[in-house]
Amino acid sequence: MKTNGKPMIEVDGLVRKFGDRAVLNDISFNVHLGDTLVIMGGSGCGKSTLLRHMIGSMKPTSGTVKLFGEEITGMKEREIIRIRLRFGMLFQSGALLASLTVGENVALPLLQHTNKSDDEIQEIVEQKLQMVGLTGFEDLRPDEISGGMKKRVGLARALALDPELLFSDEPTSGLDPIMTAVIDELTLKLTRGKGMTAVVVSHDMTSAFRIATRMIMLGHGGIVAQGTPDEIRASSNPEVQQFIKGEPDGPIPLNLSQDEHEHHQHVKPRPFVRARHRFHHKTG
Amino acid sequence: MKNYVRLNLSLLYWIFIAPFTGQFFKIAPIFRQMVFIGARAAPMVALTAFSVGVTLAMQAAHSLESLGAQMYIPDLVILTLLREMGPVLIAVIVIGRSGSAVAAELGTMKVSEEIEALEVMAINPVQFLVVPRFLAMMVMLPALTIFGNYIGILGGWAVCVFALDFNTAGYILEALQSADTWDLYSGMIKSVVFAWIVITIACNAGLNVEGGAEGVGQATTTSVVQALLAMLVMNAVLTGIFFFAA
Repeated sequence: MKTNGKPMIEVDGLVRKFGDRAVLNDISFNVHLGDTLVIMGGSGCGKSTLLRHMIGSMKPTSGTVKLFGEEITGMKEREIIRIRLRFGMLFQSGALLASLTVGENVALPLLQHTNKSDDEIQEIVEQKLQMVGLTGFEDLRPDEISGGMKKRVGLARALALDPELLFSDEPTSGLDPIMTAVIDELTLKLTRGKGMTAVVVSHDMTSAFRIATRMIMLGHGGIVAQGTPDEIRASSNPEVQQFIKGEPDGPIPLNLSQDEHEHHQHVKPRPFVRARHRFHHKTG
Repeated sequence: MKNYVRLNLSLLYWIFIAPFTGQFFKIAPIFRQMVFIGARAAPMVALTAFSVGVTLAMQAAHSLESLGAQMYIPDLVILTLLREMGPVLIAVIVIGRSGSAVAAELGTMKVSEEIEALEVMAINPVQFLVVPRFLAMMVMLPALTIFGNYIGILGGWAVCVFALDFNTAGYILEALQSADTWDLYSGMIKSVVFAWIVITIACNAGLNVEGGAEGVGQATTTSVVQALLAMLVMNAVLTGIFFFAA
């Protein structure tokens, strides 16, 4: 295993259960300084849940998560704020505040956490928006721009405080191929160029192989495979091969059964889901 | 309920303790919320209060006529408005209009991951979202109540002067003679307590939404129903304390 620096993220024996069912079952891995880790896996395999544990917004059933060498699982609200200032997070939908303009959204972390003057903040906002190719969009509101643009604004906001660590939840889904390449270039520039560490959840294999230095594939609540992009590409595991080539036939079941699917305990299975479940039992 | 208590405690922290540790709340968002929550509700409050003033005067005229006590119509209008109808009805309007809007807005923010995004950016959602709405409501509901009281008294005046044998001076003198400042204060205390109830219930409902657009709708309805019930029960309790316990 390649280790080119101190560990930024250490996940050890992470277990998360919803009711009796373990969505994440004994997950352990490290992310080192400067690495770009891509987490892959089918829909509902627990990628987003894993990400939420890494940013401290969900508490594990057991196991520990360390960021920058400090354990965040048992941390108090006031301490975790210190850690949160050191990383940025891009949400799948962008999660922009609808009541603020694009510019105000990017400026928000700067206004809240720095003592910079309005002019300095304005300059940083323009620079970050330029990085994601959205110069001149400052005064629009989130409902006036497209989903892909929201995501890019979300990225600009995540980068506003120049974090050491960036988490992205599907940064390129919903973007056109050119914009995907631009975002990948940007990720590469920040990681390889400036030494930022990144954790990216992605379905997009082209993009994943372009940016990753390490990859993890999740499935059945555990890690199916991990390694460098080359190791993953050469993997003999048929599930990995099916996933990275995007083939319809293979060992990965086409439909998740009710108990494999990630759901919260309080959500009762809906009748039509049960009906579909039975249907696939008969035909499958 | 646990969430509601926790929200109240954290509100108290951000309003009374955090400012002394250097985290003073920002003023601009409070004014913005005062416009949303308060100023925009003024036309509805005015219409409601005017109708209530007119109705009270007509009802009083009908009942007091048989006793030959028509001169007490202004007393009845002003006392009922200051002590009961003003604070309660204006709180009802604000629950329906502003409380539901706050619950729906925060609920939508919750389901679209905006609240989580704030937390990840190390911005406390209570400090950032709830405190401005809370302070705005605490200022604006009593302010709207005073405004509504005036309009209601105007409604009573309209009936007395145009339909009955009062002149303006007589109406004002009679009204001022019967009401003392305690009547106003008791109404204001009620209105401050109602403001607390309405905004904390609305924010709590919004922040605890689960399950998408449907959840937002449910939370909004729940917040309106709960706020109405809590407000009316609290009104009975406060009336009991103010006018009977003492």
